[in-house]
Amino acid sequence: MSKELLKGNYAVIKGALLAGCVAYFGYPITPASEIAEAAAYYFPLAGRTFVQAESEIASINMVYGAAGAGVRCMTASSGPGISLKQEGISYIAGSELPCVIVDVMRGGPGLGNIAPEQGDYHQVVKGGGHGNYKCAVYAPNSAQEMCDLTYKAFETAEKYRNPVFVLADGFIGQMMEQVEFGKLDPVTPKKLDWGVHGTADSKNLINSIYLDPDELEAHNRKLQEKYKKMEENEAMFETYKTEDADIVLIGYGITSRILRTVVDEARKAGIKAGLFRPITLWPLAKDELNKLKNSAKKFFVVEMSNGQLVEDIRLVVEGKIPVEFHGRMGGNVPTVDEVLEITKKLS
Amino acid sequence: MYEPILSKPKSFFETYKEKTGDQTITHYCPGCGHGIVHKYVASALDELNLTDRAIFVSPVGCSVFGYYYFNTGNLQAAHGRAPAVATGSKRVNPDSIVISYQGDGDLAAIGTAEIIHAANRGELITVIFINNAIYGMTGGQMAPTTLVGQKTTTTPRGRDPHNEGYPVKMCELISQLNAPIYVERVALNNAANRAKAKRAIKKALKLQSERKGFTFVEVLSQCPTGWKVDAPDALKWIEEKMIPYYPVKVFKDTSNEAEPYPEAKEIISGEKVFEILGIKRDEKKEETIKYEIPEKYKNPRIKIAGFGGQGVLLLGVALAQVGMMEGYNVTWIPSYGPEMRGGTANCSVNISDSLIGSPVVEKPTILVAMNKPSMEKFEKDMVSGGILFYNTAMIDTEPQRDDIIKVPVPATKIASDLGNIRVGNMVMLGAIIEKTKLLPLETVKSGFEYFISRKNLIPLNEKAVEAGMNYIKENNL
Repeated sequence: MSKELLKGNYAVIKGALLAGCVAYFGYPITPASEIAEAAAYYFPLAGRTFVQAESEIASINMVYGAAGAGVRCMTASSGPGISLKQEGISYIAGSELPCVIVDVMRGGPGLGNIAPEQGDYHQVVKGGGHGNYKCAVYAPNSAQEMCDLTYKAFETAEKYRNPVFVLADGFIGQMMEQVEFGKLDPVTPKKLDWGVHGTADSKNLINSIYLDPDELEAHNRKLQEKYKKMEENEAMFETYKTEDADIVLIGYGITSRILRTVVDEARKAGIKAGLFRPITLWPLAKDELNKLKNSAKKFFVVEMSNGQLVEDIRLVVEGKIPVEFHGRMGGNVPTVDEVLEITKKLS
Repeated sequence: MYEPILSKPKSFFETYKEKTGDQTITHYCPGCGHGIVHKYVASALDELNLTDRAIFVSPVGCSVFGYYYFNTGNLQAAHGRAPAVATGSKRVNPDSIVISYQGDGDLAAIGTAEIIHAANRGELITVIFINNAIYGMTGGQMAPTTLVGQKTTTTPRGRDPHNEGYPVKMCELISQLNAPIYVERVALNNAANRAKAKRAIKKALKLQSERKGFTFVEVLSQCPTGWKVDAPDALKWIEEKMIPYYPVKVFKDTSNEAEPYPEAKEIISGEKVFEILGIKRDEKKEETIKYEIPEKYKNPRIKIAGFGGQGVLLLGVALAQVGMMEGYNVTWIPSYGPEMRGGTANCSVNISDSLIGSPVVEKPTILVAMNKPSMEKFEKDMVSGGILFYNTAMIDTEPQRDDIIKVPVPATKIASDLGNIRVGNMVMLGAIIEKTKLLPLETVKSGFEYFISRKNLIPLNEKAVEAGMNYIKENNL
């Protein structure tokens, strides 16, 4: 049986090992700790590195050091830890290093709580650290995707030499589902040529400092070119019953699962509802949104936050279609009934 | 013919091409100690034949441009993070020689955690710590190592211990840890001390190449610009002010006794990774549904609730596992997931022949109430026609609803009769599968190995499931 009943957090590590990740550096935090625990168990068995760092800051800088060797490496945390890692992520982006960072979101701000939320969208999708950089962001909505999108994230990170996020919520991390491993081929770890390996032929420089303003601007322009290519090529999304939809519900992660049920329930009540689910939060699938903007009458964004993705949806559609919003915070998950009620009112 | 007896170490670049301006001289101020220490590092690498294996980590501080000079692998690190960067690099490049070169602000202030813990882990790296008692690059602010009374731009009236505390003695701190094998403080103030400094750096690198352990060399170094003195006076200042406070000596040297670290393990890849991950990979097509759930109970949305310790989460996992083995899509989520540390608990389980949307069970078609508060809380949420299993051993009231099927099972009592009240959950599982035919007993039995972690308890759990089934049969429920 290649299927396994698995928590999303465990699926991340199985996906990472299959993707050829050789090093995990992390710090425990609820609700992401099972990722570190799974890494601590499996990585040494495969001759790979697991280090529990003294801090989130140290862990992301260990990632910087390992990524600087041109190998696949990763870290994972939750909101408060991601806040701490932002400095390092900026350096990693500035030095054009590939790595995967998993954020299993919890309630904020501050210490908040450990229940699931989606309030990290801004800090993850918009950068969070200093400077003009972008990270690709995958938003899984099942244990299967925790594995598959982690695997994919390593490919994207390496392809563009850029940090890539897997942005999940506490629910997706803690939920157990069947995970199918049959389709993923194990990647053989290697050290890429541009990396620093401690050998005569790898005397490379990993660096993000450019003292000369013109040089730094040129570096930044190069980064922007890269981001443009990512925007053109890497956007992923999923739609459900949007072909004839009057109202398109929009959500990611666990919210998208709830919205899918809402769509079915709304259809039973005679409302032509559909679902647009961004799988990548950056880059966002703008073309599809623009298509839907013309075919539907209304967008309805639901998030477990104060309304963060909705800002980007509104930016894409430029006021051409009403974009409504419903958000829950603090660890409360919107219920099907509650969203269905609002959907009915909006229709 | 002649042979040069003094020349630039080969570990330096011939010309400093990364540098702007004059590429034959360093960016350091006249009289600065960095150039001397750089040369000691480069010479040691030459002499030990380690240049090609070396990775130099430049910090933030005056030596931020260390990579201008060292013809090695180069990583430039964020402020204070060099030991963490060095850790990451060394762990994936186990044969390399990693040097974390740091100043006092970098190492003893903003990067205190990183250096202490890299040392405590015994990372196989060498840390060269330049202590010049001042922030040089940013223009002469107080360093963690600034002496009491010393004037800097942020201690304009001199360092006051009541406001800024005392200068941090890093060698003293690091040498208290178990893992470091060699900790020495040296100084650049005179020829004798400089010779010692050179030897210390070489020794540290040699020990790293022998995989002996973490090595740390602190160098009391002059900063004429920051101290606002001329070069000769700077040397005098080291001798008169710094050395009395920062004794120059070996603080720890266990290198003779230290066993070399074991060689790094080989990375396992390919199909063996599946084996390690416990994944049995088969080429079979998508598994189809093997067992037909009776129409009445199809696509159940199950809520299981009770006290912590009654095994409600495990009962949910069991149902999900067996449902998956029968080819269904399944989800399991704990009530408040990670918060689960005793107290009451509940979980939601879906077993579905199609893709599962919301995994949250708001209106259960099957409710399992293992205690009274659970029944009181969730009975009202059940769908009309739903089925309620309630643990009469723990619930002394009757369910309120008339539009649901009620199945009373004294699960805890039956478990207790079997000798372990903890298997009440499996009694309930037996009752559920007997009453609803939701899942076949045979698959439950073959599922045990996945959800019962203590294998010796499997026979007991099996008995409990059968007892639950028998209870339903015997009482015609």
